[in-house]
Amino acid sequence: MSKDFSYEAVMSRKPQIMKDSVGIDYATFEAEGIGFDYERMMKETGYTLAEMQEIQGQTGVGNTPLLEMKNLTELARKYAPKGKGARIFIKDEASNPSGSFKARRAANAVYHAKKLGYKGVIAATSGNYGAAVASQAAMHGLKCIVVQECYDSRYVGQPEIIEKARKCEAYGAEVIQTSVGPELFYVFLKLLEETGYFNASLYTPFGIAGVETLGYEIAMQFREREGRDPDAVICTNAGGGNLTGTARGLIKAGAENTKIIAASVDLTGLHMASDEQFNRKSFTTGHTGFGMPFATNPDRSDVPRSAARALRYMDRYVLVNQGEVFLMTELLAQMEGLERGPAGNTALAAAFSVAQDMNEDEIILVQETEYTGAGKHINAQLTFARKNGIEIFFGDPRKEEKGKNIILPEDLSLLKAQEVDMEKLRKSLIKNAASKADIITEEDIQYLMVETKASREFVEKQLENLGINRQ
Amino acid sequence: MIKKGTWVKIQDTILESGHRAPQLPEDTKKVPLIMWAKGFLQDDAEMNNIATVKTITGRLVKGQVMEVEPSYKHDFGDFVPELLQVGIMGRKALWGGEDHE
Repeated sequence: MSKDFSYEAVMSRKPQIMKDSVGIDYATFEAEGIGFDYERMMKETGYTLAEMQEIQGQTGVGNTPLLEMKNLTELARKYAPKGKGARIFIKDEASNPSGSFKARRAANAVYHAKKLGYKGVIAATSGNYGAAVASQAAMHGLKCIVVQECYDSRYVGQPEIIEKARKCEAYGAEVIQTSVGPELFYVFLKLLEETGYFNASLYTPFGIAGVETLGYEIAMQFREREGRDPDAVICTNAGGGNLTGTARGLIKAGAENTKIIAASVDLTGLHMASDEQFNRKSFTTGHTGFGMPFATNPDRSDVPRSAARALRYMDRYVLVNQGEVFLMTELLAQMEGLERGPAGNTALAAAFSVAQDMNEDEIILVQETEYTGAGKHINAQLTFARKNGIEIFFGDPRKEEKGKNIILPEDLSLLKAQEVDMEKLRKSLIKNAASKADIITEEDIQYLMVETKASREFVEKQLENLGINRQ
Repeated sequence: MIKKGTWVKIQDTILESGHRAPQLPEDTKKVPLIMWAKGFLQDDAEMNNIATVKTITGRLVKGQVMEVEPSYKHDFGDFVPELLQVGIMGRKALWGGEDHE
């Protein structure tokens, strides 16, 4: 009898498919209660920093330039109080082989797949990661399939995602595209089962550890150039892997006083699984539609325990609007001579604002850029938005209505990153993690303190509010 | 007729509208989940007919033929007048507009 490939049958085989395709038995890291041993998982299944640098170096990944944004810094100071306006730097990750920092994640995942003897790799992603996996697979001679959500039900495709499909195919990968919906995961599982390929998930320990080299490099480059660590590192945040890996790398370099700031594009109100709203958003990543749910519930990813756990490392979380990122992307080209992005410039737009509250002698680093090109370009995105009925005009970006308009700041003083309430995020994570448990042990409390980077008092108070009993 | 061996794009319905995941918003539930793939036709076929293709990784996939020798048409879009103003605004704010040489 042939295997049952119905939706229900495939989804019910998820645990086994995952185990076979990632090569990690996640059960061995589970604790008695709600938690698991994150550090042991990272240590036993990952690679050392030196090994990762070696693996990445062999495929030309890493050691990207550190650039000072002198003109943007001067411009930001025009709107800052006297003595304020930190120096803005950028880590030009677009210089990686596949055009983004995702090459670091993919380098490790694909190397690992090859080492374990898999014949191919599969990744479910509409983002730069697909191109990164495809590029690495090409270097290692492995087959590659990328599954991406690309079109709405009218067969209208997001230009940025279409461009990423092109790039994957350019590296010899097979691209499977779907219409809008989380059941893409079913297509993904079915492919894993059918091919026996490696699941190059974005959220495995080796993938996340691959970004640690970025954090480490940042510290080393600043020490060599400026004789000190940056005061703040700002990361465009979606699934949390970028921030997690970078922060871990900085810690490994001993840069413990560097503040870690997350930045996302505010798409509050747009439903990520809505067919009608799919093409009414002008960002396909780096936005709150991923950033918020993944921060507060990291294990919603495509592996049982995600190695991307942003709230463990995040000091601040700020939001910017679509119009602010588009404007900053244009300014980066016009005033620094760098055409990059757009989504990767989310953190840059936020940095322009955050820098104005920091002292002049301080340093803020935007830790990534990404390649740009046809489809994946502000001109293409704004044209697409307009064709989809989105109004575009100059005004106050705070008045932007998601899915209705894109407001470019009419004056640069209006570009202001908005603070996210970190307490609210922490509360939400605790609720998500603890609500499944009837009783909470001391071990669970310790786990939640680390998960949320919060005090015992804070965690205990939330548990009390949720009505969860202590053992 | 499309000749065997031609590179084509096919589409296939993965889940009919009545069988979508329960947590979806209503507008998405109303439409089927479609999948698109590309590959070499395994037999001569007609446009819109069901055919089997061999993908670049060597998998056999069945679906409705929808495009022959598919190519990419994405571009840099139309003229966006607002973008032209951004550079002018930034340069003026930092270097003082027209007087700046």
